Amino acid sequence: MSTEMKKNSQIYQDSNNTYYPEDESQVSDIVKELYKKNQPTELIGTGTKNFIGNKIQSAHKISFSKLSGIVEYLPHELYIKVKANTSLELVEKELEKNNQELAFEPIDFGFIHSGKSNKGTIAGYLACNYAGSRRFKVGSVRDHVLGFRGVNGKGDIIKSGGTVVKNVTGYDLSKLVAGSFGTLVALTEITLKVLPKKKLSNTIIIHTEDKNLVNELFEKISGSSSEVSGAVFIPEEPEDKSYDHNKEMVFKFNDLKSKGSFLALRIEGDKISIEEKTKSLTDELALNKLNLSILDLYQSIPFWKKINNLELFKATKNNLLRVVIPPSKGNKLMRYLSNKYKYYVDWCGSLYWIEIQSKKNTKVREIKNIIKELEGYLTIIKTSDEYDYEETIFTVDSTRLLISEKIKKSFDPKRIFNPGKMYRGI
Amino acid sequence: MSELVLPKINKETISKKEYIFKNLAKIINPENVLSHADEIKPYETDALAAYTQTPLAVVMPENTKEVSNILKFCHAEDIKVVPRGAGTGLSGGALPLNDAILLSLGKFNKIIEIDFENKCVVTQPGVTNLGITHAVQHKNFYYAPDPSSQLACSIGGNVAENSGGVHSLKYGTTTNNILGVEIVMMDGTICRIGGKTLDQEGYDLMGLICGSEGLLGVITEVTVKILKNPQVVKAALIGFPTIEEGGNAATEIISSGIVPAGMEIMDKALIEATDNFSKAGYPRDAELLLIVELDGTESEVDELLKQVRDICEKNNCSSLKLSKNEKERLSFWAGRKAAFPACGALAPDYYCMDGSIPRGKLAEALLIIKKLSEKYKLPVANCFHAGDGNLHPLIMFDGSDKEELRKTEEFGAEILKACVRLGGVITGEHGVGVEKRELMCEMFNDNDIQQQLDIKKSLDEKNLLNPGKVYPILRKCAEEGRVHVHRNEEKFPDLPRF
Repeated sequence: MSTEMKKNSQIYQDSNNTYYPEDESQVSDIVKELYKKNQPTELIGTGTKNFIGNKIQSAHKISFSKLSGIVEYLPHELYIKVKANTSLELVEKELEKNNQELAFEPIDFGFIHSGKSNKGTIAGYLACNYAGSRRFKVGSVRDHVLGFRGVNGKGDIIKSGGTVVKNVTGYDLSKLVAGSFGTLVALTEITLKVLPKKKLSNTIIIHTEDKNLVNELFEKISGSSSEVSGAVFIPEEPEDKSYDHNKEMVFKFNDLKSKGSFLALRIEGDKISIEEKTKSLTDELALNKLNLSILDLYQSIPFWKKINNLELFKATKNNLLRVVIPPSKGNKLMRYLSNKYKYYVDWCGSLYWIEIQSKKNTKVREIKNIIKELEGYLTIIKTSDEYDYEETIFTVDSTRLLISEKIKKSFDPKRIFNPGKMYRGI
Repeated sequence: MSELVLPKINKETISKKEYIFKNLAKIINPENVLSHADEIKPYETDALAAYTQTPLAVVMPENTKEVSNILKFCHAEDIKVVPRGAGTGLSGGALPLNDAILLSLGKFNKIIEIDFENKCVVTQPGVTNLGITHAVQHKNFYYAPDPSSQLACSIGGNVAENSGGVHSLKYGTTTNNILGVEIVMMDGTICRIGGKTLDQEGYDLMGLICGSEGLLGVITEVTVKILKNPQVVKAALIGFPTIEEGGNAATEIISSGIVPAGMEIMDKALIEATDNFSKAGYPRDAELLLIVELDGTESEVDELLKQVRDICEKNNCSSLKLSKNEKERLSFWAGRKAAFPACGALAPDYYCMDGSIPRGKLAEALLIIKKLSEKYKLPVANCFHAGDGNLHPLIMFDGSDKEELRKTEEFGAEILKACVRLGGVITGEHGVGVEKRELMCEMFNDNDIQQQLDIKKSLDEKNLLNPGKVYPILRKCAEEGRVHVHRNEEKFPDLPRF
């Protein structure tokens, strides 16, 4: 810190070179100083999703732990404005009081990381842009951000968006910041769209081992007007005692009748609309011919929480892949994965979570090639201790990399923020 | 309207225009290069018809490769390019420049693939918004965003402007309804972003392009999501004796947890104008009319309509009519959809504004507009997308009277400034274009605008793609890279700057 900065502010810095700014202007001061000195820094919240992405080598850290708290919550305007490091738990608690929620169903990454709940901060969710099971129906985190304030890599305080949903004033930087893993802007304040919570939830479980049928059902569900808000397939295979045990622990529901593979779909709304939707789905999907279990409200809510929070891969020590494909390619991918890998399918056939044993690094490449052929994309969400990094965590083609480099440069010309977190050179 | 400041003309470009025409005719079919005054006349303006400019030439490429080659050539020769879809934009985003090539995407008018399996349509950008719905409606699917110009506006233009519409409250705007785009950068680089998958890894370039008003790249292909038609759609037509009561009812509907598919407000001036025009059967005694549309399952919709009725009755509505059938529902909308032409019949010209405000400030905004209308002695009619706080005041004036023109612009600017004061923004869905660029400083300070200019500069370092739009005309902006408003040429000199 320069003498002037020391004189003008009391920004606490601990022995590990971590700064603890108390407000936006202090963040700006620190970044300006680092910019001047050409010194990169890691941006940290509560670290719950820090394991995602490449490891960062930087001399400094900026902790946002003091930038926390709700700035403004107007339930009737359907938005909440928070300081960046506000915990998701606090936001959910506040929204709950008004029967509202973040419709994109934030994933609790604590379970795969450490085996227990640890939700992290709003800025963390925006930085990763990973939405839960309701994504195919309501959009991702990026679709629920109305605006933000933050500091760019030069130390300038910038803002974009606002608090209203209809806004096309200037470039939509909120979208760009979503999923940028803290490489563009040090976020200080975020405004999120909130929505009324659905009153009730019911889950229909279809027990089947026929994967062609599963993909056929996914297609029908996504083309249904019954507003299904969750559709997930849990395959029985492969045989693995510890995985089977995990499954048994996760899916311990009284009304889940039989073992084996199953497709679960969620219907939300009030009692009458759930009844109506169930009736039309029964016709559309010919449910009467299938082996079904029904989970009522008290089982349906925890069921989707467990799905959303990746509890099937609780505290995994293996590599965990997140794969998104066009749903029509499901049969091909399932055939490939069949009996070889532990996986499950979310987002009505679009999203695959696949676990690769720690010693099978080469398999990551094989799957990556297949996903490319299927016109999807793959991210290595969690790496095992033995992972060799032969395959990069994120994948990008050369044209997009070039454009991404230019965009990075426009926000953070000296690569101060989280260098290398996503791609080499960014 | 009043004199518009445009980027400095590059005299060199003008002087070598024959050379430019000759080269363009080598890149694409010579028939698709229009340079004769008669041929380019129709392209002099978009739907902000008060501004006209003659382009250097109009080029109509037929495929992405041609777009890329045209841009490569223009990039190498320092020639400005203005992209244009259907030319239905209301903010002058496709206004030509004397020293620029107007790049029309009119020949990109084919749907490439209808993929019901993945619930998407891959299309060229010149296909109309409604054209997509027409292509999939036989299987009861539709494309959700529905700007009022959907019959004519192109999907590429929708992406460039991030268009919304009546149903964006429940179904989102363009940015929430597209899966992929192909764009050509100013240097000719072709980039495919997204595809048929949800979301994408890395920087959300699609999110950046969407709503960038043709400043960052030329859109040559779009993949949109399609949705199944809802089971039941019903609407309510509700009249209120005062603006406050109607505004409060609209706010209360949203805060009660109901998410209508659409919710529109019209004021007395517009109720009369549209009813005269389309014989929609609106309650003429009402000061404010609310149209609420709900969709879902039969009993869900009925239950929600009951709740809407309760809220409206609590707020002293003077009339309430529920649609009994599809024909009646469409008749409720007929008047609303005729709002603009109806105003066209009332005055020689009308000026359509497009601010957004927090929903709870609807009544307040209407009262401010009423007072401003008295101040400027210009009649105004109001229609709002009430569900998402998007206002469309229509100022009626006589364009042949220069003083009235000036007053109209001032009036419009005051409305938008009021929107910002109320916590809103200067454009909800029409875009900034040339129309509102000087008002950007109402919302953004130098740092905010500088960041946006830096992005522009990083992707179009010579500032050749659609220059002079969105951002205030800056002194040597491209060279110096700093925001500096040219004081002598300010369009709204009374605006406070910060």
